[in-house]
Amino acid sequence: MSGIRMLPAGEQGLVVEFGQTIDSAINNRVHQTAKLLNMEIGDAIFEIVPTYRSLLVYFNPMRITRANLIRQIETMLKKTENCLSEQDQKQIVMIPVCYGGDFGPDLDFVARHNGLSPEEVIKIHTSDPYQVYMIGFTPGFPYLGGMSERIATPRLEKPRIKIPAGSVGIAGSQTGFYPMESPGGWRLIGRTPIKAFNPQASNPFLFDAGQYLQFKAITEEEYHEINRQVDAGTYSPVTHIHVKGGGAI
Amino acid sequence: MITVVKPGMFTTVQDSGRWGYQAYGMSVAGAMDRYAYCLANLLVDNDCEAAVLEMTMLGGTFRFNVSTQIAVCGADMGALLNGTELRPWQAVQVAKGSELVFSYALSGCRAYLAVQGGIDVPVVMGSRSTYTRAIIGGFKGRALQAGDVLQIDDYQGLCGTVRELPAQLVPRYETEIRLRVLLGPQDDLFTAEGIETLFNSSYTISSEADRMGYRLDGPKIQHIGKADIVSDALCQGAIQVPAHGMPIVMMSDRATTGGYTKIGTVIGPDLTKLAQAKPGDTVRFIKCTDADAVEALCAERDTYCQAKQIFSTAEKSRTFEEQVRQYNVTIDGRKFSVKIKER
Repeated sequence: MSGIRMLPAGEQGLVVEFGQTIDSAINNRVHQTAKLLNMEIGDAIFEIVPTYRSLLVYFNPMRITRANLIRQIETMLKKTENCLSEQDQKQIVMIPVCYGGDFGPDLDFVARHNGLSPEEVIKIHTSDPYQVYMIGFTPGFPYLGGMSERIATPRLEKPRIKIPAGSVGIAGSQTGFYPMESPGGWRLIGRTPIKAFNPQASNPFLFDAGQYLQFKAITEEEYHEINRQVDAGTYSPVTHIHVKGGGAI
Repeated sequence: MITVVKPGMFTTVQDSGRWGYQAYGMSVAGAMDRYAYCLANLLVDNDCEAAVLEMTMLGGTFRFNVSTQIAVCGADMGALLNGTELRPWQAVQVAKGSELVFSYALSGCRAYLAVQGGIDVPVVMGSRSTYTRAIIGGFKGRALQAGDVLQIDDYQGLCGTVRELPAQLVPRYETEIRLRVLLGPQDDLFTAEGIETLFNSSYTISSEADRMGYRLDGPKIQHIGKADIVSDALCQGAIQVPAHGMPIVMMSDRATTGGYTKIGTVIGPDLTKLAQAKPGDTVRFIKCTDADAVEALCAERDTYCQAKQIFSTAEKSRTFEEQVRQYNVTIDGRKFSVKIKER
């Protein structure tokens, strides 16, 4: 367990830090530990917040002392150290995107900036699943890892004041989409009709940190059809599960 | 029902917060000053989770279309009930048709209006708190506007006892406050001099102080290297220090994650003082240990228990004095002692 640090974050917070960089293996460790700790949620531990490289454990010091909590987590980490090294399966949530046009006003810029055609940008953007490292900034906003440097593009110098919900963008070598209308400086290349955040739904969030997202190009007609289904509450997103060493199931 | 005649500067419905969804980027929100919030609820016999109105700097004007019992705690906004001064930190009977008028905060920054039974707005993801940035919770996800109508239960009970908080439990809001701080999680990214600066300086609350966070001005806190980290979770009271060296204390509507170094955390029980502080007020940070912080938290919880006990004891003794009658009756030559409890 070398390199794991237990840091205080107020009298009700404990940070379990696995590293200091953005790294897929570190992030896997964070989410697998979060999953295990989520099973312990109760009076003593009341919330777990996993992020890129650490997780914040909220606890009630009148139910468990900090020293005991640290001991408990260390024991758990030791027990699971070996089986935590790699994810056994990947859950991939498919995100349909209508690229270009009014939905993706910066697609041509991203293509020109990287010496590619817009079609090539779309092909690269949809080719591989992206790991959801964490969710933050606004409800449901995914911080994704693993975008190809071939389509990396700097942010807008002057952020837009209003970006419509569902907008898919690129900022440096990051990609992601806006679950709700907000200001932002990302280069917009398309839009998804899917709602990543629906506060009225019994499950308000489409995906969990630790899962994967893969974008899929759709036509404008398909966009409007899915949009209708989303509004009617009849759309359910497609999720693939990839098992380590095997194919999709 | 309560009709909002004037909303005040920024009045929202709040409860103890939307916990459990920070992993999805959902801010906790909730009452900024949990002490005043909790006691306002206890005074009207609500539990500590009920939804109340939180007013900021300038309070609103409200018309009651039902009779009920209310309590106002926190900042003194010179409340007038039907033109008569309303005493804060105690329960007050309000007759149907009454008008409650708040004005500018004379001391403190946030006032809480609790109504018996709580403000009835839909529960969104386990909470009634308004989170305006995501437009969810509370009344239509926004601050109140003139003409809004809030649902409350028509309070039928005529419990004669009016709860009042003992004077020693009523806080005084100072313009110079001291906040205890637990170092970490990133105190190791600051120079020893930087940490000394934090604890030996006086900081002024800037005009950028809202439900999200309080930006402070004062001596620059020195980092060892960069001020940016790979983003991690932000807890309530976290003191972020960006490259400019000025501390920002994260409050109820904070984002769930942030990328600036956090030198320490203002302990939970002391956030009540910051929530009641205004731009221009000064802050001093006092270093404390984890044991000190836990003790302060226990003391805060004890206060709530103490208040509850005082209220219930007062009511019990009153019940005994006023509402129990004893009769000695003889029926068919046999003597009976009968106690009758009146409700």
